[in-house]
Amino acid sequence: MKTNSVIEKVLEQGGFVVTSECGPPRGADPEVVRRKGELLRGVVDGVNVTDNQTSVVRMSSLSACAILKGMGLEPILQMVCRDRNRIALQSDLLGAAALGINNVLCLSGDHQKFGDHPQGKNVYDIDSVQLIQTVARLRDEGKFLGGDEVKGRPMLFVGAAANPFADPFEIRAARLGKKVKAGCEFIQTQCIYNVERFTRWMEMVCERGLHERCGILAGVTPFKTAGMANYMKKNVPGMDVPDDMIARMKGVAKEKQAEEGIKICVETIERLREIPGVRGIHIMAIEWEEKVAEIVKAAGLLPRPEIQ
Amino acid sequence: MRLSYPGNVKVVKVPCTGRVDVLLILRAFESGVDGVYLAGCLEGECHFLRGNLRARRRVEYVKGLLEEVGLGGNRVEMFNMSASQGQRFAQFAQEMTERIRLLGPSPVKKGE
Amino acid sequence: MIVGNRKDFSEILEKLGAARRVLLLGCNECVTVCGVGGEREVGVLASELRLYWTKEGETFEVREHTLERQCDYEYIDQIRGFADDYDVILSMACGAGVQYVAEAYKTKLVLPAVNTTFLGVTIEQGMWSERCQGCGACILDMTGGICPIARCAKSLLNGPCGGSSEGKCEIDKETDCAWQLIVDRLKESGQMERYEEILPVKDWRTGRDGGPRRRVREDLKL
Ligand code: SF4
Ligand code: SF4
Repeated sequence: MKTNSVIEKVLEQGGFVVTSECGPPRGADPEVVRRKGELLRGVVDGVNVTDNQTSVVRMSSLSACAILKGMGLEPILQMVCRDRNRIALQSDLLGAAALGINNVLCLSGDHQKFGDHPQGKNVYDIDSVQLIQTVARLRDEGKFLGGDEVKGRPMLFVGAAANPFADPFEIRAARLGKKVKAGCEFIQTQCIYNVERFTRWMEMVCERGLHERCGILAGVTPFKTAGMANYMKKNVPGMDVPDDMIARMKGVAKEKQAEEGIKICVETIERLREIPGVRGIHIMAIEWEEKVAEIVKAAGLLPRPEIQ
Repeated sequence: MRLSYPGNVKVVKVPCTGRVDVLLILRAFESGVDGVYLAGCLEGECHFLRGNLRARRRVEYVKGLLEEVGLGGNRVEMFNMSASQGQRFAQFAQEMTERIRLLGPSPVKKGE
Repeated sequence: MIVGNRKDFSEILEKLGAARRVLLLGCNECVTVCGVGGEREVGVLASELRLYWTKEGETFEVREHTLERQCDYEYIDQIRGFADDYDVILSMACGAGVQYVAEAYKTKLVLPAVNTTFLGVTIEQGMWSERCQGCGACILDMTGGICPIARCAKSLLNGPCGGSSEGKCEIDKETDCAWQLIVDRLKESGQMERYEEILPVKDWRTGRDGGPRRRVREDLKL
């Protein structure tokens, strides 16, 4: 055991991890974070806090993590490489550990073109693989990137994202391999709708033995409406939504679609659990946090293990 | 068959409209003409394959420039016709003359 | 070559302000090849200015002059004899040229007529594309000859990101994903094992981040 991370502990005990996420508000009101956090209490093992997702300015991930931590939840600090250079990233890693945050998720980040400040300059001093290396180095070697010694190592459990559906498909497992080699200990995947394609990716991952060195949490996102399913298929790069799933959403009356979306999500979780190497589930209910408890319960994943 | 076209049209012969450069058109405007149009072969029938297509793109470009300087892009145009369509030539000459008349004389008239 | 775009005519007019004696200065190098600031483009802009000011009934003088290069002092010096006859020098060179002219004519107002954009290549007649960002420590040997710094929207050294889709970058469907190109190229050239290597954190000191750069070759000095 390297850290105090609940995720690490559940994985270590051979349990099935459940995480979800909380998008900070576009304002300074801490109550929004608390409300969302409350919905997830006792339901998940860790809560991702997004870092200015889709390049839209929001309350900082670090602050929202601190609020959740204060409520006794287990936050996962998302960090993108878009907005900070290596000085700021390392500084925030130290700060996160000082606030008792145990997990970090290293990401490239969406291009600022998609956000509310497309005029901004991006940083990309280092990339997500190198950010993983950076965290591992601070923690395990006690060294900054620049080589100086860290006084008081940040004991963070290191995660990253993987998109099994992005192109080029053939290097997707190799890319995960690079992240694992860099020091990544858990992975949350892009939302999975095409379970067959994900299964093929998992086979490639297992062939390389990556599932043994890194806990793979399969990502899911429930559809609220058929329109949302369609939108994700058409407009989100690297998202694979099979046509029959859209047809299924369209096949039910409008007021029943949300319910159907949840049903699909629960069924997907059940199928994902059967896939060798899958160690947990990551539920991204975008602005729909109130449904997470229902999904986790329906999928038979309650109660969550007690971790000291 | 002898066709008449408006006497205000001054014909400048070039081997192919592809020969007409942006600068050549601009110079014509600088010398005070009210409008310029290119009479090219039908698209797909250029003796030099793409001369008339290039000319059309240049005309589009000049339209933008004339807009920028405030003369109006409508003072320049590209027409296509075959060598045997004398009637069309006359018709376009008429059409362009009408258009320019509505726009009025070029504000770049020399010697005022 | 260095590639640029010409500024809008309205912006050029605004920058010129009340100046009516204009020395329009082109450059025979890169900006000529990418059709933005050579002799021909000087002619077009001069013509536009003349049309505009004639229309406005103004008195003016626009002189067209194109130098071999605006990034070498000996060429810039060639306008010494008449530069003072003009209110402004409107340069159609890249940003380097504009600055060097300004350095040489300290009392003159020197204005840019071009927005310098990138170091790139001619894809086809009339189309150019970015290739290099002058990072000062080339890694093309590691990336199949395709530069991720200049061509990946996030300059990822260990790409591709999750937004790569059907060979295109997440920023738009017109832009190739540099990492797709790199992977294809590594595959074609039998170097896929390179992909498994993690490219280390880059030392940006050799790039712009290290401050303005200078290069000296003692052996070439006079
Ligand atoms: S690695 Fe650096 S020098 Fe080489 S092409 Fe890319 S930006 Fe230019
Ligand atoms: S899609 Fe490709 S080019 Fe675009 S940011 Fe991602 S890796 Fe870079």
